[in-house]
Amino acid sequence: MSEWRYWLNEQRGTLTGLALFVVMFAVYAANHPAGFTANVVHTAANKGVLLAFVAMAQALVVITAGIDLSVGMIFVLTNCIASWIVVGAAVPTALGVAAVLMVGALCGAINGLLVIYGRLQPIVATIATGAVYFGLALLLRPFPGGSVNETLADALTGRLFGVVPSSLVALTAVVLFVWLPFKKSIVGRAAFAAGSSEQAAFMSGMPIRRGKFAAYLLGGLLAGMGGLFLTFFTYTGEAAYASGNAYTLWSIAAVVLGGVSLYGGRGSAVGAIFGAFAARTTGDMLFAFDVDPLWQPLLQGIVLMIAVSIGSLALLRVRNRLDWFQ
Amino acid sequence: MSETSESRVSIRARLPGFLRRADPAVITAFGCILLLLLLGSLYSSNFLSPDYLLQQLKVASFLGVVAAGMMVVILLGHIDLSIPWVMTTGAMMACAVAGFGNMGAVVAIPVGVLCGVAFGLLNGVGVAYLRIPSMIVTLASNVVAQGLMVVYTGGFSPQDSAPPGVRWLATGAVVPGLPNAILVWFAVSLAMVFLLTRTAFGRAVYGIGNSERAAFLSGVGTRRVVMTAFAFSGALSAFGGVLLAGYASKAAQAMGDPYLLPSIAAVVLGGTSILGGRGSYYGTVAGVILITLLQSILSVMQMPEAGRQIVYGIVIIVMLLLYGRAPPNR
Amino acid sequence: MTAAETPPPLIRMEGISKRYGGVRALENAHVEVAPGRIHAILGENGAGKSTLIKIIAGVVAPDEGRMLIGDREVTFRSPAEAAAEGIACVFQELSLIPDLSVADNIVISNPPHRFGMIDRRAQRALAEEALARAGAEDIHPRAAVKDLPLSRRQMVEIAKALASKPRALILDEATSALTAGDVAKVFAVLKRLRQEGLALVYISHRMHEIVELADTCTVFRNGRNVATFPAGSRSNSEIVQMMIGREYSNVFPARHRRPVEAGKAPVLECRNLGWSDRLRDISLSVGEGEVVGLGGLEGQGQRLLLLALFGVLRGMSGSVLVDGRPVTINTPTQARKPPLSMALIPEDRKTEGLMLPMTVRENLSFAALDQVAGGGIIDRKKEQQLIDDMVRLLEIKTAGLDAPVGALSGGNQQKVVIAKWLMRKPRIILLNDPTRGIDVGTKQELYQLLRRLAEAGAGIVFYSTDYDELIGCCDRVLVLYDGRVVRELKDGEISERALIASALNVDEGQEGTAA
Repeated sequence: MSEWRYWLNEQRGTLTGLALFVVMFAVYAANHPAGFTANVVHTAANKGVLLAFVAMAQALVVITAGIDLSVGMIFVLTNCIASWIVVGAAVPTALGVAAVLMVGALCGAINGLLVIYGRLQPIVATIATGAVYFGLALLLRPFPGGSVNETLADALTGRLFGVVPSSLVALTAVVLFVWLPFKKSIVGRAAFAAGSSEQAAFMSGMPIRRGKFAAYLLGGLLAGMGGLFLTFFTYTGEAAYASGNAYTLWSIAAVVLGGVSLYGGRGSAVGAIFGAFAARTTGDMLFAFDVDPLWQPLLQGIVLMIAVSIGSLALLRVRNRLDWFQ
Repeated sequence: MSETSESRVSIRARLPGFLRRADPAVITAFGCILLLLLLGSLYSSNFLSPDYLLQQLKVASFLGVVAAGMMVVILLGHIDLSIPWVMTTGAMMACAVAGFGNMGAVVAIPVGVLCGVAFGLLNGVGVAYLRIPSMIVTLASNVVAQGLMVVYTGGFSPQDSAPPGVRWLATGAVVPGLPNAILVWFAVSLAMVFLLTRTAFGRAVYGIGNSERAAFLSGVGTRRVVMTAFAFSGALSAFGGVLLAGYASKAAQAMGDPYLLPSIAAVVLGGTSILGGRGSYYGTVAGVILITLLQSILSVMQMPEAGRQIVYGIVIIVMLLLYGRAPPNR
Repeated sequence: MTAAETPPPLIRMEGISKRYGGVRALENAHVEVAPGRIHAILGENGAGKSTLIKIIAGVVAPDEGRMLIGDREVTFRSPAEAAAEGIACVFQELSLIPDLSVADNIVISNPPHRFGMIDRRAQRALAEEALARAGAEDIHPRAAVKDLPLSRRQMVEIAKALASKPRALILDEATSALTAGDVAKVFAVLKRLRQEGLALVYISHRMHEIVELADTCTVFRNGRNVATFPAGSRSNSEIVQMMIGREYSNVFPARHRRPVEAGKAPVLECRNLGWSDRLRDISLSVGEGEVVGLGGLEGQGQRLLLLALFGVLRGMSGSVLVDGRPVTINTPTQARKPPLSMALIPEDRKTEGLMLPMTVRENLSFAALDQVAGGGIIDRKKEQQLIDDMVRLLEIKTAGLDAPVGALSGGNQQKVVIAKWLMRKPRIILLNDPTRGIDVGTKQELYQLLRRLAEAGAGIVFYSTDYDELIGCCDRVLVLYDGRVVRELKDGEISERALIASALNVDEGQEGTAA
């Protein structure tokens, strides 16, 4: 019986994110004219999955007590690259997909090297690398354009067996084959430890540098997946600064909503996914309520503000004020 | 090992007083400015002309005002991501109010700044009293501010133009040849230096940035200081927005977006630690000029936007590698 | 085994030197640690013990000298290399990762794995075994370390060290946070390990622990090994003399008890104070000029009581009175203002008392900013004057007022903390174990200071983990156990025997094995 208690304690943040998402989606589906149908779920899934990938990327980095302000730009850059090379027959397309993901991973690796070996603070280092990645995107696509292998795109953005959105399947696959192995590995534990207490992790002889590097590299890879999917949705590549910026900032919001601690050491990419969907659903929820689109950004902001305040209510109940200060 | 540090010590001892006490990061930043000017002058002799330099300082003033507010928040160990839309709100509200006749023109600037203060207080309460991480509170208030402005303008560009007073402040020249904007920045800078070095508030800010725990146990009202700092940052952002509106003659959607990342970069390149507790305002001034010069040189070279972004990013990384590195673990 | 039959040493350190900037932490130090022995290392703080241990553990590298394991010369470039040689350490600063579980932490340096993935079941089994070996079966392997109290965390540290099946185990003040029951268990574990042939190095300030455990003792002073001898072959005062190099007598200034004015309310009083379940029904009163001590084992609520009085805790029951009038203190800001004029010398000077990178000057005036800054603007002349007074009063030794306070020695740092508060001329002074980790010379100066402050009329509450201090400095001592006051000792009643007995909550007549 007590084993469950410990498991619940461990997953606290993720479960909160899940609860938040479920509540919002239930309200949305209940008030949607079409109700809880496969179509509605499909559209919602597709809209949310892009942010989900970027949020997962951010979660990986945040766990090491870092932050990646370039995820949105990696997202944009990989989108532009994909619009050039994920085309043609099966083999070139497959190679193109591999290349796009590798570029994403490379961007993440560069971030990691600067933070770990350059000993630069993540926030400023990733601001700078974000600018570089965006510049590269702009070189590739000064104007929106390009194309993508449409068979692949439709397959991955369509539905399996007519019911299950393929994008969700892809997301689940990533969780199963990227996140879970990472979490259970020694390198993944080192990443968590580095975020929780780098000093203690060092004294215990953990491979901190490898752990952090893996987190940044995988983060880039996941952001790259997001960019790939964006290409599948839009069939084009576009170096949209505003979009990249928005994805970066909302990935941070999603990560917080999903119960990942910005201080590091705690949280799960799964939580980030729920957080991303919750964040996306607010917009859709307002649409379902027939709210004037003019008011949507404001209400989204208010909902976000309330959601993050709730998360901190626990700290208010603290009985020793010294606990406020880490 | 000790020999080289001894010789370094003796060189320092021979420098004039103020250089000896200065922060090496600040000196490096000013050095980089000189280097950039030199490089630019190789490209075109216009670079060292007083007209050009004054123009650069004028453009830098807007970033400078915003970066001053950002610096106070960063010194505490926090961050303010609400700058873009607080700037825009300040600008739009100032312009809106200005439309109300004579009274309007007078209260335009205070109203704009007050909007900034309001958002700053919102951020401050969230960070200091609700203990929400500053990154996320300010992010959320940025979205709220954006939402408010979208509702207000109906999604279109605002039609109100900036009041003449503000336009004069941003583009006029009390001293012929010396743009007002530079004087405004100078005044703000004087206030900042005084605030940070000669007041109890400034001392408390550095103390809290170093250890909020120790500051709290010393009986300093840490929560009030943090809240005030965010209010200050909001006020300066909004003021920067108002000035910018004066420069462009009106406010515009997303006018504050290009100022967020450069203001953070300017503060950090000036030697202020992103973790808080350390940094000199002179460094922030240097950082602002550095970033402005860099962007301007790239634009004069007529480098396409793509190239500009890449060079901008690489230059920042190189400079950080020079003096922004954390000490090694062992 | 007699002392004469000492087996050949497992670890030998020869000619070890280590310098930090201009400070010599170790100078040509040597020590030999034999297996199957408990080797105690004594010395004042700054004597080099911690640095020596860090070198053995591979955390820092020596500037000179060599280390041998058995007959082989070794150099450790990281803690992992030391661990590979079978050296396990339990440090003062806990090395646990707060957000990971107990089991995760126990196997952290070498988790059982397959193809790079951690085998959680095997990990769980290893953890349970290690916890049992350390006598800590009550700790659940899946509990998050950050949810555990300090004493449990220290037990996890010990389990973690044992899990690596070491050849040598080093404990650096490892029992400081433990409850009495835990201390007894740990001693039993250590004695068993000794029999199993481990080489054990034990650092502690507590004489009675050393008396019970050690086979060999080494005294360090000023970075040098001044003497190594079999345990029990030197008296306590001889040992202390080796540590400080001067006569161990008259450490404490004489106490002249102020006559209490009849009818005058105590300067500070609390009635039935309760908080969470850590403080229960505590009543104490401090008169003007009185020094009231708090005794008892660590973790019984003494530190929390001081924090409660200073306004740091929320949700307290009971009442606090100053000068006979009930007050509600909600923050330290309130506590330090007149007429309350309270001061708290906190537990950890490095993280709670000082801002290490800031200058001595800035730290000194930090608690008195409202006094040196009329209307918010700092009056530099006034600040300088107050600072000069304090530096003179406390004889603070510093390279300059603009040096970072982190460069000062521990004793001088503590003086800065105290000076910072004395600037406000407090009437009520709360001290949270102020002489921990301070050299003997500075301790003497602090005792004199406390006496002077009491004689000037301040009411002082003094928590100390050192019995001698409580006996020497206090007019009355309240011994806490499990959050309650179990005994109040006055004047002549205050003795080591009485203090220890009440600390363990036993009758004075029937003491256990603890002394």
